[in-house]
Amino acid sequence: MVPSSVGIALEHVEKRFPGGLVALQDLSFEVAPGEFVALVGPSGCGKSTVLRLVAGLDTPTHGRVHAPALRDGSRASTAFVFQEATLMPWASLFDNVWLPLRLAGVTRRQAAGQIRELLGGMGLGDFEHAYPAELSGGMRMRASIARALVTRPQMLLMDEPFAALDESTRGRLNADLLQWWAERSLAVMFVTHSVYEAVFLSQRVLVMSDRPGRVVAEVIIGQPYPRAAAFRASTAYHDACRKVSAALEAA
Amino acid sequence: MSANRWLPLLTMVALLIGWEALVRLAEIPHYTLPAPSLVARTLWQNFPSLATSWWFTLKITFGGLALAAVGGVLIAAVFALSRRVEAALFPLAVVLQVTPIVAIAPLILIYVESTTAALLLCAWVVAFFPILSNTVLGLRAADPNLRDLFRLYGATPWQRLRLLLVPSALPYFIGGLKISGGLSLIGAVTAEMVAGVAGRETGLASRILEASFRSETPKMFAALALLMITGVLIFWAFNALSRALIGRWHASEIN
Repeated sequence: MVPSSVGIALEHVEKRFPGGLVALQDLSFEVAPGEFVALVGPSGCGKSTVLRLVAGLDTPTHGRVHAPALRDGSRASTAFVFQEATLMPWASLFDNVWLPLRLAGVTRRQAAGQIRELLGGMGLGDFEHAYPAELSGGMRMRASIARALVTRPQMLLMDEPFAALDESTRGRLNADLLQWWAERSLAVMFVTHSVYEAVFLSQRVLVMSDRPGRVVAEVIIGQPYPRAAAFRASTAYHDACRKVSAALEAA
Repeated sequence: MSANRWLPLLTMVALLIGWEALVRLAEIPHYTLPAPSLVARTLWQNFPSLATSWWFTLKITFGGLALAAVGGVLIAAVFALSRRVEAALFPLAVVLQVTPIVAIAPLILIYVESTTAALLLCAWVVAFFPILSNTVLGLRAADPNLRDLFRLYGATPWQRLRLLLVPSALPYFIGGLKISGGLSLIGAVTAEMVAGVAGRETGLASRILEASFRSETPKMFAALALLMITGVLIFWAFNALSRALIGRWHASEIN
């Protein structure tokens, strides 16, 4: 059951909060190394709690969590992207992206080449000196993802990262995210409210039930990458969306 | 923008002209209300002696403020580290804050031998609370998601303090400093008033008292004008500091 290389596995996990609220119960699933998995479910079903457990920011009351963040000491193997860009408003874009490396003791000079290359590849090359307040919401989210990728993580956890963005920015970021993922050996767990987004992005969609949350359905999206905009118009896409929606309604 | 910039100055000039006209037309005697021109002339003629007193008051004000900034931040850091210490000591800070300084000053002057030290202590008592309470708030105001991120990347307590908590608290600290700057002047002047004119070194408050005993109203106004200028300069200086430190990123400074 425990993946030998760098994947994650949750076994019969329960999370009960101090107030008595049971957020997750008997939750089990696995994510293979390099896999792109989307997690959908009703509001308040514990999707964010799942990510926090995998990141080691929280511990389960019962059951076991196997994840890279819990295995090695440095924790640089796991990165987190929140719904808001969560940049440091007092720091330039360069300094924000530098942060994870800086905390690991990498100097500005050592990190500079890598950061500039990353920013360039993500369409932020001209903005390294800009402050977050000077950027659009979409660019802030790009910077947030750049910060997540700068440590070359094996596991990227994303908690509804594009929910606050407008439709066209969201579409662009969906396409770019797939490209960034394809360029790396990286597993992604992507929490979203949007069935369409989940199906477009992932290889597999896990559907969670209402509180206490557990996985009630799994929809495999057996479609090859790269996925162009045309994929959104295909029958396979619509079939998968229908299946996920049906599972969500039953949840 | 430019109209707004000149508006305060124009208002001031209009007020001064109105005041001057009122005194001249109604022939108000100068010991009741001196005209601004007479106040300016008195200030000019007595400037050497007033400047010495001004310097003394400035020393007390900025000395008290500097102590308040250092003390306020240190105590805030301790409070932020331990809720228990905060629960134990915060009421004391509140008691100091809510008791009028005029009422405490005579006691402080009895207990503290050096008048200068007593005056500094009075200015400190009035000025430290806004810095303390704002900084405590600021140290706790760091974005919870950023806190999680620092945890995820295994930040040391020192990294967390330097790279997350201090920058998060900075706008709050500056807000406290802006309030405390004015309060420190009030504390210094109040304490000088209570201390009276005794002693070799005296501040502007003592000059006001002295002039009042001799019914030298224009001189009272001259000393008062210096106090007001001081207050305004402190206000401007801290606004400039605020723009310099957080002007580019904090919502309070971005237009």
